[in-house]
Amino acid sequence: MTGVKVLPQAGPPGAESRPMVHAEQVHKSFGSIEVLKGIDLQVRAGEVCCLLGPSGSGKSTFLRCINHLEKINAGWIRVDGELIGYRERGGKLHEMREKEVAAQRRSIGMVFQRFNLFPHMTALDNVAEAPTLVRREKKSAARERAAALLERVGLGDKLGNYPGQLSGGQQQRVAIARALAMKPKLMLFDEPTSALDPELVGEVLDVMKDLARDGMTMIVVTHEIGFAREVGDSLVFMDGGVVVEQGNPREVIADPKHDRTKAFLAKVL
Amino acid sequence: MSLDTETPERARPEPIQAVPVRHPGRWLAVAVIGVLVAMFVHMLVTNKAFNWSFMIDEMFRPPIMAGLRGTIALTICSMLIGITLGIVIAIMRLSENPILRGVSWVYTWFFRAVPRLVLALLFGNLGILWSRIEFGLPFDRQIGALFGVQDFEARLFGFSAMDLLTGFVAGMLALGLSEAAYMAEIVRAGIQSVDEGQTEAAQALGLTRGQIMRRIVLPQAMRVIIPPTGNETIAMLKDTALVAFIPVSTELFFQLKAVGARTFQLFPMYVAACLWYLVLTSVLLVGQYYLERHFSKGVGRSGRAKVKLRGIVAETGGGASKADA
Repeated sequence: MTGVKVLPQAGPPGAESRPMVHAEQVHKSFGSIEVLKGIDLQVRAGEVCCLLGPSGSGKSTFLRCINHLEKINAGWIRVDGELIGYRERGGKLHEMREKEVAAQRRSIGMVFQRFNLFPHMTALDNVAEAPTLVRREKKSAARERAAALLERVGLGDKLGNYPGQLSGGQQQRVAIARALAMKPKLMLFDEPTSALDPELVGEVLDVMKDLARDGMTMIVVTHEIGFAREVGDSLVFMDGGVVVEQGNPREVIADPKHDRTKAFLAKVL
Repeated sequence: MSLDTETPERARPEPIQAVPVRHPGRWLAVAVIGVLVAMFVHMLVTNKAFNWSFMIDEMFRPPIMAGLRGTIALTICSMLIGITLGIVIAIMRLSENPILRGVSWVYTWFFRAVPRLVLALLFGNLGILWSRIEFGLPFDRQIGALFGVQDFEARLFGFSAMDLLTGFVAGMLALGLSEAAYMAEIVRAGIQSVDEGQTEAAQALGLTRGQIMRRIVLPQAMRVIIPPTGNETIAMLKDTALVAFIPVSTELFFQLKAVGARTFQLFPMYVAACLWYLVLTSVLLVGQYYLERHFSKGVGRSGRAKVKLRGIVAETGGGASKADA
């Protein structure tokens, strides 16, 4: 199934030239420390892009810039053609109001390393909350859809459980269902398996593979080389706030061109 | 295997039958405390100044019961003002707007600096500032004078200060506004105790700041806010006694004091006040327990609240030991 889209250039039919995410010259500083030093990236619709790199390389920060959880200092990011966080009017950039930013985020799902489920709500309510509040869906309809989504991630029997009663892997699968409930066109994964016990990593990766197979556009910050090789359409290796190397994951992993990529892969493989 | 044949011989050893460590200190403490308690009870029974029958007669009289209702009403109203305004001030304090932050700081600074008794007396005498309290265009006379109109007035409605600022309302405002300053600090601590990841996750889902506060952050902050709020409510119940000096007549302590003054039996009435406040506070403690249990929903496994209750019971030396026996 994943073999169909071996090369990123191919992409799914009908979406050849449409970049879902297009970033240029993205710079980000925290105080005097520059974390991103000019990132260029294109991710096509339906593509699975894996971001690899040592910790501190800025990959999580970049991911958070894509849905404006972090404000960038220079450059620009477009998602589905739309500029993130700003509006262009009369050749000038205008900061978006908080409500407009919120509206942009609706179509971008995000999954966090530490799940960040709402601990005071059941799994079902975690998933149904945003559709009722933000998409103004009827409560009964939203809950029905939430139950179906939880069923899809293999948690049909855990609807009434609170996050504290679920294992890490189950919590992360609820978090994925919660993001999917907003019907996003892009999913961001910030090290989704790094906080999990090794035996629980597989169940989360399986759900993600399933999503990729369904044609979801995904950007995944990960240390799972196996996942990148198997599911990824493109691989981006970052270090020190810049993109060091990118290309087909199987080629990059098998034959890295850059010394830093070689050194990193030698350590994690 | 040979193990099988050996196991019967390696039977479970006899339970240890050791002489336990003696605690002579405990027995000494029991003796000393026993004597002190006996002395205290003896005094309660024999000292005529308590005048128990008079006290029991008086403490359920209609005016006292009206005072009791007044005290409860005052506690509830003041706490409602305090909690609502406290949440608003806490949110202002955490806002990105520097003016709102400043206003909330000044508010907290003022109302925490002035003693409640002073505030109560101040609010009780606000009638000295204005005979009437009116609403309309601010600075209407000055604006009128600017355009050459003498005695220009643009007021929509008004009340006589004496009607509006009755003792009860003045007391409620003094206690409620002062409480808001303390509640604001408690709510702020509660909001800040909620993991930032919660806000980020909600933001990523497209919730607005107001929705995040109402649906995600405040419900979780409640777990931290409720216990100190319970303490504040109990403190408020006791502080309502201060408004007896405004004076507010529909208040428990005022009524008990009045009976005491009229009959020259002040001491028994002060004891009655102790007993009434003990009863009211105990009722509040029960309510606090159930509230805390409600808001600890989803935290830890379900048994946690029960374990906590058992802990409280054990601490107070009640049921647990009986249940064991």
